[in-house]
Amino acid sequence: MLQIDCPWCGPRDQDEFQCGGEAHIVRPADPEALSDVQWADYLFNRANTKGAHAEQWCHSGGCRRWFNVVRDTVSYQIADVYLVGDSPPKENP
Amino acid sequence: MSGARRSPAGGLIDRSHSITFRFNGKEYSGHPGDTLASALLAQGIRLFGRSFKYHRPRGVVGAGAEEPNALVQLGEGAYSTPNLRATQIELYQGLTARTVNGWPSLAFDIGSINNWFARLLPAGFYYKTFMWPRSAWTHYERFIRRAAGLGVAPTAPDPDRYDKMHRHCDVLVAGGGPAGLLAALAAARAGARVILADEQSRFGGSLLYSDAKISGESALDWVNSTVDELRANSNVTLLPRSTVTGYYDHNFLVINERRTHHLGPGQADPRVSRERLWRVRACQVVLATGAIERPLVFEGNDVPGVMLCSAVSTYIRRYAVVPARRGAVFTNNDSGYQAAVDMAWAGMEVSAVVDLRPRPTGQAVESVEALGIPVYPGHVIVATRSNAKGLNQIELARLTDNGSDILSHKGLLDCQVLAISGGWSPTVHLHSQSGAKARFDDGLAGFVPGQSVQAERSAGSSAGTFDLAGCLGAGARAGVAAARASGWSGGHLDIPMTQAAQSGSIQACWEVPSTELGPTGAKKFLDFQNDTTVADVQLAVREGYRSIEHVKRYTALGFGTDQGKLGNINGMAVLADALGQTLNETGTTTFRPNYTPVTFGAIAGRAIGEDRFDPIRKTAVHPWHVRQGAKFENVGQWKRPWYYPRHGEDMHTAVNRECAATRQGVGVLDASTLGKIDIKGPDAAEFLNRLYTNRWDKLQSGRCRYGFMLGEDGMIMDDGVTTCLEPGHYLMTTTTGGAAAVMGWMERWLQTEWPQLKVFLTSVTDHWSVMSVAGPRSRQLLEGLGCDFDLGGAAFPFMSMREGSVAGIRARVSRISFSGELAFEVSVDANSGLALWEAVMEAGHRFDITPYGTEAMHVLRAEKGYVIVGQDTDGSVTPLDLGMQWIVSETKDFIGKRSLARSDTARDNRKQLVGLLTKDPAYVLPEGAQLVNAPSESRPVPMMGHVSSSYFSANLMRSIALALVKGGASRMGNTVYAQLMDGTIVPAVITSSVFLDPENERQRQEAA
Repeated sequence: MLQIDCPWCGPRDQDEFQCGGEAHIVRPADPEALSDVQWADYLFNRANTKGAHAEQWCHSGGCRRWFNVVRDTVSYQIADVYLVGDSPPKENP
Repeated sequence: MSGARRSPAGGLIDRSHSITFRFNGKEYSGHPGDTLASALLAQGIRLFGRSFKYHRPRGVVGAGAEEPNALVQLGEGAYSTPNLRATQIELYQGLTARTVNGWPSLAFDIGSINNWFARLLPAGFYYKTFMWPRSAWTHYERFIRRAAGLGVAPTAPDPDRYDKMHRHCDVLVAGGGPAGLLAALAAARAGARVILADEQSRFGGSLLYSDAKISGESALDWVNSTVDELRANSNVTLLPRSTVTGYYDHNFLVINERRTHHLGPGQADPRVSRERLWRVRACQVVLATGAIERPLVFEGNDVPGVMLCSAVSTYIRRYAVVPARRGAVFTNNDSGYQAAVDMAWAGMEVSAVVDLRPRPTGQAVESVEALGIPVYPGHVIVATRSNAKGLNQIELARLTDNGSDILSHKGLLDCQVLAISGGWSPTVHLHSQSGAKARFDDGLAGFVPGQSVQAERSAGSSAGTFDLAGCLGAGARAGVAAARASGWSGGHLDIPMTQAAQSGSIQACWEVPSTELGPTGAKKFLDFQNDTTVADVQLAVREGYRSIEHVKRYTALGFGTDQGKLGNINGMAVLADALGQTLNETGTTTFRPNYTPVTFGAIAGRAIGEDRFDPIRKTAVHPWHVRQGAKFENVGQWKRPWYYPRHGEDMHTAVNRECAATRQGVGVLDASTLGKIDIKGPDAAEFLNRLYTNRWDKLQSGRCRYGFMLGEDGMIMDDGVTTCLEPGHYLMTTTTGGAAAVMGWMERWLQTEWPQLKVFLTSVTDHWSVMSVAGPRSRQLLEGLGCDFDLGGAAFPFMSMREGSVAGIRARVSRISFSGELAFEVSVDANSGLALWEAVMEAGHRFDITPYGTEAMHVLRAEKGYVIVGQDTDGSVTPLDLGMQWIVSETKDFIGKRSLARSDTARDNRKQLVGLLTKDPAYVLPEGAQLVNAPSESRPVPMMGHVSSSYFSANLMRSIALALVKGGASRMGNTVYAQLMDGTIVPAVITSSVFLDPENERQRQEAA
């Protein structure tokens, strides 16, 4: 079970969280202007990263706040936790 | 006779007490401190079971968790536990156990006929033979499982309790042998919070059967004083009888503590749980899990009497068992010599130490030779001979100089016990579970821990350090390092002194060469529990298997309840050899939790029983429903009244009565379970505009509107009525089951995508008690009850809300209807819910008011063609599929809108909502029934859709159904056929989904 460092509540067990999948997928400002292919890309297609993966998590059993996590999809180690709206931390900081 | 007996003195058993127990129906006795295995061995019992496939007689091989053969069914009735290792069962008064695999009897085993036909039972035999034709497998399976089977699960409920502990610690030490004890001591002295867990009843590990001296005292005295110091330290949690069974992500480990097994069933204080599952988040972990000795692989290495050297030493020194009159040792490393020393110490004759190595030298060899025991360097055992009691002779042979072949036969030696050592396999299970990869060390001829992935370090023999002095030093260093890494650096620890016994060389040997002179066709067993032999692995390679994971599954190597603790490394080496690879190239199979089996009771803990697993939610009016004899149905976590049967009514009669009464007089429904979300803020209307398919910015205070929420894929997610309480303040209702998901959905959009919107959400589902008063007499009823506002249609039109007083209770009243009747939904503070309900029932008496449940609600709404999200929709239905274009705004964006124009969503022949009228008006279609255009014998028949809702309508005096049919909207009047599982074919005509009052006159009744 992962231990996730909620930015508001501190480190808690994964049981208290839900994962929202890949982070930094921005809803298009004008969906009507997009082709079916472009819309499908936003709607369905994900990077399926092997390695450092920026993803959304919600402390749903706690403060109910969403935030971003950089988690290695191979080792499951968490490299970073940062707020929604912040940029993903640079690789090799 | 094997000559087994109990030594008159010594060992960690209490001779002042005797314990009687039964094994396979016969009574035996032992002493406190014994295991089932040691007590039986002391009484000359050598046959513990039959092997899984060939039904060969098998005895005890090991002395602990690695034991593959001595599996027993322990206890009786509800307390019965299958497949426990006799080597780990502590003896208690009245214990009963029986062999799990000896059908029909241990002595005469009909299955051992397999032994004679062994050439016909190669690897994959069952797959090759019985799986074809496929249909025959179901016939064979029962017979094969009975012939093969292990223990049986008890059928009665478990009478014991189990619980869980949740802990954080600085340092978790797994294993309480020399390295683990010192690691715990070092970390504790540094100030760290320490948990020390060991699977055995007492700490000490290999020191429990050692003749070594530590700091001048006996190993056992040193263990006792060390444990005393740890016990006195309040920062230390000592967990004996506790196996660290799983190492999960982020240093989360699970420990299975067996608290009362050793007392016997029903003997413990009833307040004490049988087992505890400790769920530990450790800052640092020290793995001091020891090593498991490997068998040598030679012909007939499975006969009862062939045991690991360490097991022989354990039985002699710890349990004071003299396992036979005469013994011998077969080894490829120095550690085997200790078994010879121990056998001689116990008074056994030792026929020989047979050593594979051409020129063994050093302390170990000298100590054996000093006892006058013959040592045969460069020799091997090529065969065993046994009688009804097990082993009685071994056949000695000399190896060629390069060790690859038999040079000459040297005759037979008498012995009833052969102690074997093929070297040691560090117990890297937890290290591997943590995500790290063990690597093969050629010098040690074993897999050792690789690079750590998590905050763990291995120490002692689990890291490949096999001498005592080295283990003590490594343990102390690991403890200091782990404490420091978790922030503790105080304390002081001198590494205790012990004799520096060198651990000498090892000559790796994965398979002893066969000889043409010896008995041919005898098997060399790799995995005793699954009867996997060297020949099986080689056959798998010849048949094209390459991956260790595939070979494992094909040959069953390591598939048993022991998970290959003994046999896997030998098997991997045989595979590597057959493939011409190194062991590092072949690799290991994946080590998965649990290290040893964990009972389901411990995993479940207290979370058993209907009322504990998931909370039950009840409305404020629930006690009234119960008093009325309502039948309930579960909707999400809620208990909702399903129908209210009156004296002797069946469901059908009750529902028909409730439906008719609501349409003709007045009915009441407890609607409190609908989700309610309070939405407040200057951007609330804009937020609703984005969530719902229709427009919300023009909704006036006191007005209500129905809305659909879509996923971004355009599919209906939830629906409900939202009321504008005042500008910037709304009350949303959701489906009963969808409330939490909708709340989460809204929160997510606000937080992640639209944080600039100023909107607050509050879940108020439980704040309100809601009753729907429906039917042509509903207005009259409420007026009689006393409302301080005008209920007339002009002042209080359909889809509007008024706040005021009803029967003297503050209330919000909404004119919304899910039944299609004139209806008022009255919401009051939940604390007043029951009072309001009773007041309404009292006032309704003269109208013959009828409470109705969810079933009548479903029928009433289906008569009107109102959908239920989750029943008539299934995540693949859009508002357009329901024919509800009117609710989809063209003039704004909303979640899911763009998807409605995707080619697949916009195509014509999607499944669309229609009504179905069966040709036989009495016939009610089963929900879920598949629809076809024409009944047909040929397969496949093109499926045109399915029935989503189906009822008998008392108001229409016929059956009605809602269905999703391909292109259904343009097929009015067509006949489709429901083709049922039992072959019945039911014709039905496609109609509008609205069966009653299509002009909605009933619910709009504006006359007072």
